Amino acid sequence: MHELGITQNIVAIVNEYAQGSKVQRVLVEIGKLSAIMPDAIRFCFDICSQGTALEGAVLEILEIPGLAKCRQCGTEIALEKPFGLCGCGSVHLDLITGEELKIKEIEVEEVCV
Amino acid sequence: MCVSCGCSDDAEGTVTNLETGEMEHNHHHSHTLPDGTVITHTHTQYHHREHDPSQLHAKIHGTTISLEQEILGKNNLLAAQNRGWFKGRNILALNLMSSPGAGKTTLLTRTINDLKQQLPISVIEGDQETINDAKRIKETGCKVVQINTGTGCHLDASMIERGLQQLNPPMNSVLMIENVGNLVCPALFDLGEQAKVVILSVTEGEDKPIKYPHMFRASEVMILTKIDLLPYVQFDVQRCIEYAQQVNPNIQIFQVSATTGAGLDIWYKWLTEKVTNSLQPV
Repeated sequence: MHELGITQNIVAIVNEYAQGSKVQRVLVEIGKLSAIMPDAIRFCFDICSQGTALEGAVLEILEIPGLAKCRQCGTEIALEKPFGLCGCGSVHLDLITGEELKIKEIEVEEVCV
Repeated sequence: MCVSCGCSDDAEGTVTNLETGEMEHNHHHSHTLPDGTVITHTHTQYHHREHDPSQLHAKIHGTTISLEQEILGKNNLLAAQNRGWFKGRNILALNLMSSPGAGKTTLLTRTINDLKQQLPISVIEGDQETINDAKRIKETGCKVVQINTGTGCHLDASMIERGLQQLNPPMNSVLMIENVGNLVCPALFDLGEQAKVVILSVTEGEDKPIKYPHMFRASEVMILTKIDLLPYVQFDVQRCIEYAQQVNPNIQIFQVSATTGAGLDIWYKWLTEKVTNSLQPV
């Protein structure tokens, strides 16, 4: 259940960046191969954000699909898991996307630099 | 929670020094801010001094702040500091991971006993509760510190930093970090180690590598343990190896029994070569 700790991280990072302003929206990017379950993050978010600048904020999660390039033939293939088999028979794949874990942007009520 | 290092107040862990018997709940450490300022602060269970917000910068457009903040970035920063600390002291650090009961501690005690004449080894033990494993390790005569994570399901870089302060491993040595028994979460957290080693026992089922691909993908080595039990369990070794290589084509696989000693020589050879290749000549 590492998602609880990760959600606490998200809330703390956003809370600090908001510098006292009320946060209305948080956009988080999570790759489908990152071993982070978006539903678990959503489940934890309301609880973790209580009493912070994020209380009541909308959590938007952008799920980035998995994409890899075959090292043998160069073909790009979509991945549901962090490994796979290319049509050419190779399992040597370099992941291009799908491992993201980022807070992309936040929207605050007032601008406070 | 500390935003600059990612460590949390409620899952901060307890460090027990088996040499002194001291337990440490709180910790203090330093962070270097982007402008070069170094801040040292203390974490306690109930109190946490926030960093000066003026040191943090956000790029603001209207009411939307673009962050691009890596959520695990703070852990990764501390892990990088640990890595530098190891490098400066010529210490090879390995992160040993497995499910509970795979035989990490047994493999570790055997390894220490067999190699202690040639390789100085010290240990950071991670478990949710008890200092049982650290006591077992201490019987080998090596330096050991136990980290209890409480509710936490993995070790993180800040816990290792605290553990290192207590353990103070000697220069030109090997540090074995025995992670919390769990095939999921520990794979995500860089501790600053030179390599991750996953341990899988033949009592667990050969499809573990494809069931828990993140762990096997992150590891440089897979040690298949308890092979002395193969006559008594249903476990297809070849299929297990195929699954592991499917997830991680570069993974090195050793088949061992820490009870009979079978196969351990290959693991020891890898370890001593890793020491030679990773550490600078004295």
